[in-house]
Amino acid sequence: MGPAGASRPGRVIYEVFRQERRGQAFAHAGSVEAPNLAFADDYAREQFGRRGESVALWVVPRESVHTIEDFVDELHKNYHRVDGYPLKDKLAKARERAETA
Amino acid sequence: MNAQRLLEFADDELILGWRNSEWTGIAPMLEEDVAFSSIAQNEIGHARALYELAARELGTTADELAFDRSPDEYRCSKLVQVRLVPDWARTIARHVVYERADQARLEALRGSDDAELAGLAAKIDREEAYHRMHAQMWAERLADEPRFSEALAELEPLVDARDEHLPELGELWEEMTMVRRSLAGATW
Repeated sequence: MGPAGASRPGRVIYEVFRQERRGQAFAHAGSVEAPNLAFADDYAREQFGRRGESVALWVVPRESVHTIEDFVDELHKNYHRVDGYPLKDKLAKARERAETA
Repeated sequence: MNAQRLLEFADDELILGWRNSEWTGIAPMLEEDVAFSSIAQNEIGHARALYELAARELGTTADELAFDRSPDEYRCSKLVQVRLVPDWARTIARHVVYERADQARLEALRGSDDAELAGLAAKIDREEAYHRMHAQMWAERLADEPRFSEALAELEPLVDARDEHLPELGELWEEMTMVRRSLAGATW
């Protein structure tokens, strides 16, 4: 999600999240600009819901979204990071062990 | 229901669908462009279903009913004939007036003795419910706008005017049937 862009006077930007199947996580679908929530719902429905691509939508005023983009790591604690850590193989092996145990 | 009444309904939906689609790409906001174009598509879908019912009664096809009659044979209301681009306030006024009249018509049809027609009316109504929501929110938004109330007063009397046509229906018909007329007998 980009930084909050400016909407025209009297209009609000709403972020729309869609759920593809029941039980799945909602993912950001896009945004609509609308004068109020009723219009925003309608526009979200038309743009993200009319082709059977969603089972539910969340429509949220962009102002209500907190953006976090500072991730401080002054001491380069690279042991916090998982890059290059082949978790998949290790998991598979752990599962094997669990089954044979 | 006789075929003539089905044709009134189908012609209203087809012509309104064309008129609304004239906003595609040039509506006041992108979001509204998408929403209004989608409404236009729905109306044309309703027209097709209604023409199919009428075609069975009349022993013809939906395409022939939609495109092969002469403009004066159409039974649509004057309300849907008016060309309103680029006047958005009047376009919304027509949308509001049409959806109100359409709601009453659909209610009557849902109670029809003809189970097939009643079923189709119920199906159409489930989509129209969203058109009504859209029209209603615009009506509320423009309630204090004089251009909107003037347009309502101007357009309301046109709802039941079906006996004579506006010249602009002829122009729309030319445009609408141009491809079909370009090659006689072609099936697309």
